[in-house]
Amino acid sequence: MIETRGLTKVFRDKKRGEIRAVDNVSFVCKPGQIYGLLGANGAGKTTTLRMLATILEPTDGTAVVCGHDVVDDPQKVRTNVGFLSAATALYPRLTAQEMVEYFGRLNGLDDSILKKRVDDIFRRLDMDSFRDRRCDKLSTGMKQKTSIARTLIHDPQVMIFDEPTIGLDIMTARTIIGFIRECRERGKTVIFSTHVMSEVEKLCDTIGIIQSGKLLAEGSLEELRARHSEADLEEIFVKIVAPLYVEQEAN
Amino acid sequence: MSLRNVGIVYRKELREALRDRRTLISTLIVPLILFPLLTAGFAALAISLVGKAKEEVPRIMILGGQDSPRFVEGLHKNDKIVVVPLAGNWKDQIIDKDIRAAVEIPPGFQSDVAQQKPTALKIYIYRGDMKSSFGADRVQDYFKTYSDTVVKERLAAKNVPDSALKPFDVKQENVAPPEKVGGATFGGLIGYMVILLCLTGGMYPAMDLTAGEKERGTMETILSSPVSRVHLVLGKFFLVLSASLVTAALSVTSMGVSFWAVEHFHAFDKAGSDAAELQLSLGPGSVVSVFVMVLPLAVLFSAALMTISLFAKSYKEAQSYVTPLMMVVILPAVAAMLPGVELTSKLALVPILNMSLLCKELVTGTYHWNYIAIIFSSTCVYAAVALFFAVKMFQREDVLFRS
Repeated sequence: MIETRGLTKVFRDKKRGEIRAVDNVSFVCKPGQIYGLLGANGAGKTTTLRMLATILEPTDGTAVVCGHDVVDDPQKVRTNVGFLSAATALYPRLTAQEMVEYFGRLNGLDDSILKKRVDDIFRRLDMDSFRDRRCDKLSTGMKQKTSIARTLIHDPQVMIFDEPTIGLDIMTARTIIGFIRECRERGKTVIFSTHVMSEVEKLCDTIGIIQSGKLLAEGSLEELRARHSEADLEEIFVKIVAPLYVEQEAN
Repeated sequence: MSLRNVGIVYRKELREALRDRRTLISTLIVPLILFPLLTAGFAALAISLVGKAKEEVPRIMILGGQDSPRFVEGLHKNDKIVVVPLAGNWKDQIIDKDIRAAVEIPPGFQSDVAQQKPTALKIYIYRGDMKSSFGADRVQDYFKTYSDTVVKERLAAKNVPDSALKPFDVKQENVAPPEKVGGATFGGLIGYMVILLCLTGGMYPAMDLTAGEKERGTMETILSSPVSRVHLVLGKFFLVLSASLVTAALSVTSMGVSFWAVEHFHAFDKAGSDAAELQLSLGPGSVVSVFVMVLPLAVLFSAALMTISLFAKSYKEAQSYVTPLMMVVILPAVAAMLPGVELTSKLALVPILNMSLLCKELVTGTYHWNYIAIIFSSTCVYAAVALFFAVKMFQREDVLFRS
């Protein structure tokens, strides 16, 4: 389970001054559900997810992930989280297996459990044919599978995906979407950010619309449709974010 | 502190480093080939060049001397030089290295010598050009021999013995053992090379493990793992330190072997009597003491390199940040090679310069324990401060996610 309470992140820039990338964001994401964070570029999605993964520290507010506070106990949070984004690359000089084993060891797995887990995940994801190939020699699809294996190796309860399909071809993107769905089926708490409406429509149990760091609307797809009298999610999104988006662009 | 995680990070970084060509070249290949090249190679080259220059029969021009036929004829008959006909552009010919020197015989030189009047010859040379100096030396030798003969004749005519002109001799005698003589000459260079290679050995891994990681997008990946940032930076730091120390160890060992080879094959004996004095021997004691003293310096370099490289967004940017650091290191290291610069209690506190000066002493087998204690402890303090900054830097979001 993820629960954010007034989560805020302020960056200080010499030229632009104080930037509130995330501003008092509160939401709850339950196990066995997918929470979709929908927003335009620069809306605050990545910063929110990075705070949940404890890569960034909140300026104000906090979040509790699997019962651990992201500010007070970041290390415990990370042992319960699998984080995957377009920016989480692989070590080019390690093989796929070495890459996954490295993260398994960092997650405290001993060698016997690690070997079992690696074999199991590699079989499930059909990765055996390239397990000894260096990551810089892998195709995009193979790299994505290796990244997925890396996030799964410690069997985390919470999965965080930051625009995981950005820049991927349709087949690789489908693998990722299938994987996110599988995570929900396994009872994991899943949060993912995107600006692709179709992915949100297909996957999300709850949608949070974010713009200028503020969570502007939240609910299931049906609830949002009813609230805004619109069937099309894109239209709903534009209606909600347009005023703040125009203001942000003007600034 | 969990050393397990530090070890996991270290082993992974080591595995990657061993697969990185740039790191392998800077850590292993450079020290292994640089010293043999610099010592044996350089010595062989210098000997060959000097030998060739000495073998050459220099072309000399005579200016004037029409009324001094005895001297002109003597020069023409000297088989150690070749006298070329006078030309108006003799200065250009010296500069263009067509001739090696020109000797100006003043009017009435021969008669002035005969009448015991004071007179002087001038030899024009290209200063800095070895072959020109050798040419001038041969002309000078000819006139000196002549001058000595004239003096002897004059003394004999007056029944004065030769020793009247030279009541006593003054001789310098070296009391330092050969390794100290060699160390005093080459010690500064050794310190400089070890310090420089200690820096360059850690340079590529430091950039690769920080800026390189940012550039490849793996920084966010590793930060999402449960390893703490302190453990992460320490794992990386130990790898950079290992690379730096391996480079230093290989360079010191390679240097010892190179010197042994030069000694063994008597390369300096062949270069002439002066060079033969420079017997070099870098014993195991010197190698170990240089290595031990370089340890805290390697820590300082590794931490400084990581801190600086971490600021950069890319490998290329890191290179532009690290280049000025090289200058900061090279200047004091070179300063130690200047003649007359010796360890004092103040200089013992100046980082890098102190180590370079100390290496100079250690190589000669001199152990000033008070300076060694000051240098070791002060460098340890500088290293600890640098490591503290590296750890702090790894906890700064604005540095890790600089864009």
